[in-house]
Amino acid sequence: MGFCALVLVFLVAPILVIVPLSFNAEPYFTFTEGMLRLDPEAYSLRWYREIAQNEVWTRSLVNSLIIGVSATFLATALGTLAALGLASPEMPSRRLVMSLLISPMITPVIISAAGMFFFYSSVGLGQTHLGLILAHTALGIPFVVITVTATLSGFDRNLTRAAASLGAGPLYAFRRVQLPLIAPGVISGALFAFATSFDEVVVVLFMAGIEQRTIPRQMWAGIREQISPAILAVATFLIVFATILLATVAWLRRRGAG
Amino acid sequence: MSTAGRGRLRALGLVLPLLLFILVTFVAPLATMLLRSIHEPAVADALPETVAALGEWDGEGLPPEAAYEALARELVRARGERTLGKVAGAVNRVRSGLRSVFTRTARDLRDVGAGPWRDVLEGIDPAWAEPATWHAVRQTGQRFTSRHYLNALDLQRMPDGSVARQPEERRIYVSLLWRTLLVSAVITVLCLLLGYPVAHLIAHAPERRANVLLALVLIPFWTSLLVRTTAWIVLLQTQGVINDLLVAVGLVGDDGRLAMIYNMTGTIIAMTHVLLPFMVLPLYSVMRAIPGQYMSAASSLGATPAQAFFRVYWPQTLPGVGAGSLLVFILAIGYYITPALVGGSKGQLISNMVAYHMQTSLNWGLAAALGGILLAGVLALYMLYDRLVGVERLSLG
Repeated sequence: MGFCALVLVFLVAPILVIVPLSFNAEPYFTFTEGMLRLDPEAYSLRWYREIAQNEVWTRSLVNSLIIGVSATFLATALGTLAALGLASPEMPSRRLVMSLLISPMITPVIISAAGMFFFYSSVGLGQTHLGLILAHTALGIPFVVITVTATLSGFDRNLTRAAASLGAGPLYAFRRVQLPLIAPGVISGALFAFATSFDEVVVVLFMAGIEQRTIPRQMWAGIREQISPAILAVATFLIVFATILLATVAWLRRRGAG
Repeated sequence: MSTAGRGRLRALGLVLPLLLFILVTFVAPLATMLLRSIHEPAVADALPETVAALGEWDGEGLPPEAAYEALARELVRARGERTLGKVAGAVNRVRSGLRSVFTRTARDLRDVGAGPWRDVLEGIDPAWAEPATWHAVRQTGQRFTSRHYLNALDLQRMPDGSVARQPEERRIYVSLLWRTLLVSAVITVLCLLLGYPVAHLIAHAPERRANVLLALVLIPFWTSLLVRTTAWIVLLQTQGVINDLLVAVGLVGDDGRLAMIYNMTGTIIAMTHVLLPFMVLPLYSVMRAIPGQYMSAASSLGATPAQAFFRVYWPQTLPGVGAGSLLVFILAIGYYITPALVGGSKGQLISNMVAYHMQTSLNWGLAAALGGILLAGVLALYMLYDRLVGVERLSLG
């Protein structure tokens, strides 16, 4: 029991430590004496102001959103379609296809990134938003495929048969009967895909030019080059964002009862 | 067409767009990358006649005048076509020092009108009087080569064609591979030791409490990897939170601050933290399905708690242990970001070496060969995972 508590502290405490430090009035990565005395003077929003006013950060947020949202739409559309096919009992070579579609998730990202760097540059997509969108779509697809096939495995096929017997065309039955029921799984998959793109740094390191720098790429530079508590402010923002995503997925799961 | 046939076609039609997409955006890049590990045409393309002339050479002594003549001509041309840098780089990786020999020779050849070319080249640089130089040219002149893989395994091809180990001081990759496997195994064991009790606690807690505890595991799982790595830098660095705390409590002196980061310790701590949820989640889903009555039955039949655990509970959790351990191990051996940021020079893994050869040394053939070895290992484990667990059952929290 005590051991479990320690492990849970090990899991969560490092993340929580970042939050108060991001309000440090001094440019240090550690608690100042004033902070420990809870002196209000020792806390400030200066790092939040700094990132809000710094064009480098705002532009990388825009890039992250453009790439993440586009990749999410592509991955969700293609992944949901494929999951519908994979869930069908008539699907040939199901296992092989499935393991191929999930392979981007387990391939070491340095290898994917290096391969994509050569390949996308050779077809003129190096240092473009489109290249990064396609790359991030590939990395996000496994999550959509996994969550949607899991949801579909609990789907009662008699419902679409009933719709068909009542005269609904296949598309109409999908849109009005199947899609609403599997929607929680589809949305969870989309959120996973978005989180993957929003946190991806290695492919961006290899493929992006200055114009495509994203938030993780900027944080990478922040950690390696000019360490400043400004990245703790960004980190706090990302922690809040992750918590919202997690809560949404948990809520969807309860609704989907999957 | 039969209904079954139509069902097959319909299923295939739904999967096909994604299959094509993955083949083009993911599989093709990997394939072209791996091709680089065995295919290096730079020298053969730039110096075709030299390579042909060296084909006539028996490898004893120095090559015939025809090779000198062809090389002199083709070096000047390569310099004009700006392919000289690639050629010199490729040859230099087989025998270091040849890069400058090539660039100097090509530059000085501009002012020379006529042979005999052997005398001319040897006059420009004595390296052309050494058979080893010509062996290097002949070796790199092959379009398809095993030397990157040999190199990645600390081996080299000798002039007589036999394979031998690299000299002691150049053997780095095999030990790095072993170190990567060892560190991954350590991290997997740590994750299992830390994760098993936690998964057990969550799986058998009342629902409301289980949800709260599960959230504590899922928060790090969803939090940006860079945020988690930053957090460990903040905690572990010499002027960081933990060292400050230890000094304040008096456990260590101000000059005795612990070096817990930018070394292998930092890599292991941070990676265990990052990968722990991947262990807890599969364990949790297996444990949740184990009815509580089994343990009570065991103890009512006279088993001690230890016996009940090892004879009844533990065997039933083995699928979760296998799934979690394999997943953590697969993810650990290919890890790049965390070692790159908190590993310092001592805490680097094989992925970091791939990145080094991609970005710094620009030895792309070797980067591809190291990547190919790593990928082969990961795919073998992935196939094992698929057989034992099934890829569609990958836990995503």
